[in-house]
Amino acid sequence: MAGTATEDVKVLGLALSPFVIRVRIALRLKRVEYEFVEVRFAEPKSEILVKSNPVYKKIPVLLHRGKPICESTVIVQYIDEEWTDGSGSSSILPADPFDRAIARFWAVYIDDKLLALIWALRPEKEAAKVTELTRQFRQVLGLLEEAFPECGKGKGFFGGDAVGYLDIALGSCLGWIRALEKDKSVKILDAEELPRLAEWAERFMAEESVKGLVPEADEYPKLYAAAVASQ
Amino acid sequence: MARAAAEDVKVLGHLLSPFVIRVLIAFRLKRVEYELVDVRLAEPKSEILVKSNPVYKMIPVLLHRGKPICESAVIVQYIDEEWSDDGGSSSILPADPFDRAIARFWAVYIDDKLPYLIRALRWEKEAAKVTELVGQFRQVLGRLEQAFTECGKGKGFFGGDAVGYLDIALGSCLGWIMTLEKGKSVKLLDAEELPLLAGWAERFLAEESVKGLVPDADEHLKIYEVATARTSATPAA
Repeated sequence: MAGTATEDVKVLGLALSPFVIRVRIALRLKRVEYEFVEVRFAEPKSEILVKSNPVYKKIPVLLHRGKPICESTVIVQYIDEEWTDGSGSSSILPADPFDRAIARFWAVYIDDKLLALIWALRPEKEAAKVTELTRQFRQVLGLLEEAFPECGKGKGFFGGDAVGYLDIALGSCLGWIRALEKDKSVKILDAEELPRLAEWAERFMAEESVKGLVPEADEYPKLYAAAVASQ
Repeated sequence: MARAAAEDVKVLGHLLSPFVIRVLIAFRLKRVEYELVDVRLAEPKSEILVKSNPVYKMIPVLLHRGKPICESAVIVQYIDEEWSDDGGSSSILPADPFDRAIARFWAVYIDDKLPYLIRALRWEKEAAKVTELVGQFRQVLGRLEQAFTECGKGKGFFGGDAVGYLDIALGSCLGWIMTLEKGKSVKLLDAEELPLLAGWAERFLAEESVKGLVPDADEHLKIYEVATARTSATPAA
């Protein structure tokens, strides 16, 4: 199934951002070509970023025919709806309204809990606090481990047979999870404690639509330093 | 256009919550009957709440055929998709993907800023801090004032000719906005500063789908004072 031409599709972002990764995976799933524009996120921010996301000045921003769309979950749903094929075969959100609601709920949960834990754990040096944050992290993932069979209906992804909305929401965070496990010498996505998620993670990272979009664990320190560096 | 019968549709929550109001407006728009079930939010929380929303234990929860759906934005979209009619005439989200993205973006913005500001302002007693919060509130509404024309395309609602997703997201907060204005003697939705929003608010509150769901300021204040007193008191056994 050949994809559509570029049609002026730009993604403003940085490779290490889970939110940006989500958008890129979604575009890959739809086989939509796009231009990835790396922007300056630390002050002074890139002009194109400030202009296209004046409210938040954050990444990702999708520019389609020059019109900006912001907020990763909003963008992913836009991609799903804009590049739709009648049979729904490359659909990112599930077809059934209830399944969609469940996928959306868990994505809200991930953005509420998991991202906050990533940002909290990253700079944390005190051992006791690292242990506590790791415990909270595992608790959050534990709920997703439990939700996996219901969402995926026994198949290999939260979205069933193929990568879907919730796979993208969680999978985009795997790079940071691995990076933190390495940097802090902790186990977060523990295969013994979270067997379904551990297997799902391997499957996810091997997908064509994902390959190369999630940086390796040891790339994160350098990518992060570059992202926050002042000019 | 008569609609389907109740079909076991329950909403856990009460009218003091903008998030609950959103769900009820959505049902009204789709002409779906529902049962509103008040639940205990202070510990010990109602069992049905804990059972149907174990992750957050918050309202609203929609129970449709016994299956729970949580988070107001998720519920409203579920309602839009589950009770869709092919003509799209009672569609809550706009038809065009870009318009949907814009509506969703501003709804995310509202949920990012307003609940915090409402809560903070409600409990703030220090005059200088109240002024600061009022300033932030007006700034947030200012952005929505600017967005109004683009979203509504010159019509009367953010959704165009009819109440839509973004109208519901913001309109559900009007009760609290009016209560805080009265309770704190401040101006948040100032008609001079925000003429488009002021006109929109009047229109919104006059809609059939909204009438009776957003308590007026005096009634709201009464419920609010009772709830505030109840929250401060130790819970009954």
